[in-house]
Amino acid sequence: MASHETYYVPAQSKWPIIASVGLLLTVFGGGSMINGMSSGTGSAAGKWIFFAGALTIAYMMFGWFSSVVKESDQGLYSQQMDRSFRMGMGWFIFSEVMFFAAFFGALFYARTFAGPWLGGDGDKGVANMLWPDFQFAWPLMVNPDATTFPGPRETISPWQLPLFNTIILISSSVTVTFAHHALRADKRGATKAWLGLTVLLGVIFLVLQALEYQHAYHDLGLTLNSGIYGSTFFMLTGFHGAHVTMGTLILAIMLIRITRGHFTPDKHFGFEAASWYWHFVDVVWVGLFVFVYIL
Amino acid sequence: MSAVIDHHHADHAHGPAKGMMRWVLTTNHKDIGTMYLWFSFAMFLLGGSMAMVIRAELFQPGLQLVQPEFFNQMTTTHGLIMVFGAVMPAFVGLANWMIPLMVGAPDMALPRMNNFSFWLLPMAFGLLVSTLFMEGGGPNFGWTFYAPLSTTYAPPSVTFFIFAIHLAGISSIMGAINIIATILNLRAPGMTLMKMPLFVWTWLITAFLLIAVMPVLAGVVTMMLMDIHFGTSFFNAAGGGDPVMFQHIFWFFGHPEVYIMILPAFGAVSQIIPTFSRKPLFGYTSMVYATAAIAFLSFIVWAHHMFTVGIPITGELFFMYATMLIAVPTGVKVFNWVSTMFRGALTFETPMLFAIAFVILFTIGGFSGLMLAIATADFQYHDTYFVVAHFHYVLVPGAIFGIFASAYYWLPKWTGHMYDETLGKTHFWMSFIGMNLAFFPMHFVGLAGMPRRIPDYNIMFANFNMVSSIGAFMFGATQLLFLFIVIKCIKGGPKAAANPWEGAEGLEWTVPSPAPYHTFTTPPEVK
Repeated sequence: MASHETYYVPAQSKWPIIASVGLLLTVFGGGSMINGMSSGTGSAAGKWIFFAGALTIAYMMFGWFSSVVKESDQGLYSQQMDRSFRMGMGWFIFSEVMFFAAFFGALFYARTFAGPWLGGDGDKGVANMLWPDFQFAWPLMVNPDATTFPGPRETISPWQLPLFNTIILISSSVTVTFAHHALRADKRGATKAWLGLTVLLGVIFLVLQALEYQHAYHDLGLTLNSGIYGSTFFMLTGFHGAHVTMGTLILAIMLIRITRGHFTPDKHFGFEAASWYWHFVDVVWVGLFVFVYIL
Repeated sequence: MSAVIDHHHADHAHGPAKGMMRWVLTTNHKDIGTMYLWFSFAMFLLGGSMAMVIRAELFQPGLQLVQPEFFNQMTTTHGLIMVFGAVMPAFVGLANWMIPLMVGAPDMALPRMNNFSFWLLPMAFGLLVSTLFMEGGGPNFGWTFYAPLSTTYAPPSVTFFIFAIHLAGISSIMGAINIIATILNLRAPGMTLMKMPLFVWTWLITAFLLIAVMPVLAGVVTMMLMDIHFGTSFFNAAGGGDPVMFQHIFWFFGHPEVYIMILPAFGAVSQIIPTFSRKPLFGYTSMVYATAAIAFLSFIVWAHHMFTVGIPITGELFFMYATMLIAVPTGVKVFNWVSTMFRGALTFETPMLFAIAFVILFTIGGFSGLMLAIATADFQYHDTYFVVAHFHYVLVPGAIFGIFASAYYWLPKWTGHMYDETLGKTHFWMSFIGMNLAFFPMHFVGLAGMPRRIPDYNIMFANFNMVSSIGAFMFGATQLLFLFIVIKCIKGGPKAAANPWEGAEGLEWTVPSPAPYHTFTTPPEVK
């Protein structure tokens, strides 16, 4: 007993079942909304189920995370427990990497194999018999069936807004690291300042991304409907944007917690996990900038 | 391996709560393991009854019982339920019960998330099964849901199918994270990685596979959702996409997935064969490396499911040779199991019978896999009943016999009673005969060209199909006997000792039977 602290096993908890029901409501409501949208016969019920689910999830997250914070404050978490949390977060981020890998894989496959074959390369083409005049190029401006999928008139230049966004996100990775160093040195004022700046940079990134989408839709004719270029472009940047939104929210919550006096110079895994997530989102962006915008 | 347990510290901080809410709110790995196992068995019976509908329709040529549309829904949901609802949760249930006991941990690393992983499953499968009652019917595009069948031509309920897959995927990822954290972080002092029981090792590698590929599945169904409802063209050549791309991404998930369903069975069998051979496992280290090698290879063989789709010759050759390489580590494993039994003091209790049948019949499934791996030959076999025979030989006497073997092996630990050996052996022999009757003739009709997923067939296949159906009914009915055996064992039976098996080794046999609600609150010392 002396050499091992007891591993904390929480008593019964209502949060997992609330989370499961919340997720079911969300996807069932969301699915009904989407189906209603596509068939044009949507009823209001789907919307309400979706909102009920989303609210349930928000309530669950607040409650579940609060109890974790309380347990941590009570000193129930040992070093060993801390390692479990670290492994959990690390492997979760790995799963996110693989999620993005699926979309990057789709992009690479469409560009390297499917596109050229559709244009008549190699001896595997039967698809090019359907559209004998189709020429493949990347970015793909003219789709095989240009009436169903009107191609984009123009694509987004990487050296304007996207470059600026790259600088913003990379700076935010640096500022969150400064915040971490300040927290470790117990300089709470500096921690708050650097973390606040990080959140601000995240928000600026999101606003600029929204402007870029508006530009794409209204001025460039680059939409979800504009063929494989638009599909991969919006899927990758869209999911990245959703992750930046999540990351910004998480960091904002960390900022609130720091303001309320949570964390100590050597125990602050909540903060660290948030910053790991933020760095991950940043790395994904660098991949996007290179493979979606530049190349 | 010996263990010293400080029983004074096996205190009961909180015992099981009373009533139904015990199961809903629990954080206990044994409760959650039990729920996983029961859920999986319920899904096994549900997916099995769908198989009975399929075999009843195929009993004779011509259309008898169901319409082709409904037949399609049966083949699809049978596959989905068996893969995601029966086999995977059964192994997660075994992991929940046994891994903490095997590594000397007080519970799973993240107990509340563990409960979350479980409770997402009834939600996911409730949603999936509900699609069968929706307008236009449930999923009818095969369990592999190839685009454009699952996009352009799918019933409206496909949206809910997609979300059901998302929920099941989230559950799997959380379960896998929990298992990895438990194995890497909660081992008792002295339990080095290379002292871990093989079941733990195979699960560690399986969990890695799950975290690597379940998100890819989530990605591909999300692309489907976007194609169906939001105008994208990932899988539509008219917009510059490619339906074949769906197959690439799907099988990048799908091939590791088949190892997810078999590696834990390898581990379980590697526990059981040494016990009833009364010899240590032959070649422990090579078993670990072989498992890792199989896991690595599983990532680079996916296109062997797509030989006929039109991929370049270099691709055909690469995926053919890579696939054949899998035979090497798998051969190492089979060799080791046989060598473990060689000159052992063998007895043939029910778990051992299932384990030996596993080794023999899984090997048959492996060999038919090698035949399918030959790209040129696959042009003949593709989409025939030969493929159905192949994967049912690796899944039924592979994964499912592995689960049965584990259940009989550990039932005394779970319930504190011995199961009825005579009934257990009856269950084994009926399953063994039924399963071979059902699936062996499929090799012949497949080689002769009978296509899969079609409710009607040429009259020349009639006799073999009738045999298959009789075998399937026999196998299906026998599983009710298994239900009876398990209930009987829970209700009573001869008391089981802490170690009911003469030759069993490992920490799980050092705690009393039934295992107390909390075990290893203080880690045991492993020498």
